[in-house]
Amino acid sequence: MALNNKNAEKQDNNSSAQAANQNISRKTAENKKTKTEKALTILTWGSIFLIWYVITRLGIFTPTLLPGPARVWKAFLRILENGYNGVPIWVHLGASFKRLFVAIFFAISTAVPLGLLSGYFDKIEAVLDSVVEFYRPLPPLAYYTLLILWFGIDDTSKQILLFLAAFAPIYIACVSAVRKLNQDFVLSAKSLGANQKDVFLKIVLPASLPEIFTGIRTAFGVAYTTLVSSEMVAATSGIGWMVLDASNFLKSDVIFVGIIIMGITGVIIDAGLRFLERKIIFWKGHI
Amino acid sequence: MTAQAKKESLIKINNLSLEYGESINSTLALKKIDLEINKGEFICVLGPSGCGKSSLLKCIAGYIKPTSGRVLMQGEEVDGPDWHRGVVFQSPTLYPWMTVNENVEFGPKMRDLPKAEIKDIREYFLNEVNLSGAGENYTFELSGGMKQRVAIARVLANYPQVVLMDEPFGALDALTRENMQNLIRNIWEENNTTIFFITHDVDEALLLANRVVVMSKQPGEIIEIFNVNFTNQIFEKGSKEVIYNEDYFEVKNEIMDIIHNQID
Repeated sequence: MALNNKNAEKQDNNSSAQAANQNISRKTAENKKTKTEKALTILTWGSIFLIWYVITRLGIFTPTLLPGPARVWKAFLRILENGYNGVPIWVHLGASFKRLFVAIFFAISTAVPLGLLSGYFDKIEAVLDSVVEFYRPLPPLAYYTLLILWFGIDDTSKQILLFLAAFAPIYIACVSAVRKLNQDFVLSAKSLGANQKDVFLKIVLPASLPEIFTGIRTAFGVAYTTLVSSEMVAATSGIGWMVLDASNFLKSDVIFVGIIIMGITGVIIDAGLRFLERKIIFWKGHI
Repeated sequence: MTAQAKKESLIKINNLSLEYGESINSTLALKKIDLEINKGEFICVLGPSGCGKSSLLKCIAGYIKPTSGRVLMQGEEVDGPDWHRGVVFQSPTLYPWMTVNENVEFGPKMRDLPKAEIKDIREYFLNEVNLSGAGENYTFELSGGMKQRVAIARVLANYPQVVLMDEPFGALDALTRENMQNLIRNIWEENNTTIFFITHDVDEALLLANRVVVMSKQPGEIIEIFNVNFTNQIFEKGSKEVIYNEDYFEVKNEIMDIIHNQID
């Protein structure tokens, strides 16, 4: 290969001068919330707490049905200190999250390759797609009873349930990502000498990442909802079970604590996922 | 040019026709195309939009199979895309998850060249498109013209036998386009590349090509082929003054007449 068929020095001066003139700008993070928007969000939550406080103060409902903020706070501190029914809150949260993360892990590691392959090869899609389309609209609790019969009442059946709930959104996101793929990416890669495997791993997979991530976030949402309901149906531990058990004894302050914990952990998980998304798919929106 | 004197045939298109769609609703996109691309040539294909210029390029690249006829490259039939025929698209299809360096290295990496050689090639061609300083940037940080230059460097990094370009400067502003035309002319002269270039801009074709192929509207047929050498004159003199010459106007008017007759 002849790299030396030109006057390298002349070219060097030329290009460095040019490069200096080119204004290359690295964009800073976009859509940062303005001060007013932040203030509005804080104000909203302030008023929710205020209304809650006023209603309980007026005594419209008995504290047994609607506990005030102070009572819920006390219940929270009590649970933090002594746990619920003698079991620390971390154990309950840990039990729930173990089910959730095991299921999500297996869902991601199967749904991503299967979904991408389905989008890429019509024959694989012909095998998988109708099955996924059939069970996807079913409420997970509908087949949970069967799973309990087959796999017992403990963690296995719950993990399989959550796996099934999380699989469909990720799978569908992957299929659609490959379908929407800019074909010129694939063609240009082939014209640059990439074989089928390289095209799949170096082009199709990264180009699909933005949609895969959206699918994973949806899957987390679905799995989390399913997790809590499955723990309410049959369990002896977990945050969902804690809420159900508290409702049996009319401990509404504990119910409130449980719901608030679920909400906050949900927000934290999603924030974590969005953080990962920004780090991994820094080029999102530039495709 | 020495390469033209030899006239070593690189690609032969024999009686190529292309139909889109099923039997009843089919449209004939290309009709009986015969064309020979020689080593070291700069061929520009001109024609009204929708005349099948891009389809012809896709047939040569191996992206679509002609309905009848054949594309032969050095005697062998083209069967799918490969790295001997590099393609530059109208919109640069750079991979946004890779840096400029990684984009340019993509082809040589796919061919498992040794690391040191990949680095040399990358540096040489980034230099060639005047982007040596931009290697660590991501492609979405570049302007349109810079992106297209990276795309050209990425294709050249494979030392393809022929570079197929599908209106590569069509989306660029007039000033950038002129710079790009000079750039691609210099690269062609210096590296003895073979270029097959599609455009709808008569001036662009005349300023770059040493053969201009004029195509008819649908179904696309080759009407006439002009041998010109304005590009060599521009390269030698370093200025575009040839465009004020009598013979430049003559050829341009002739081509314009053919194209206008097609549109009416």
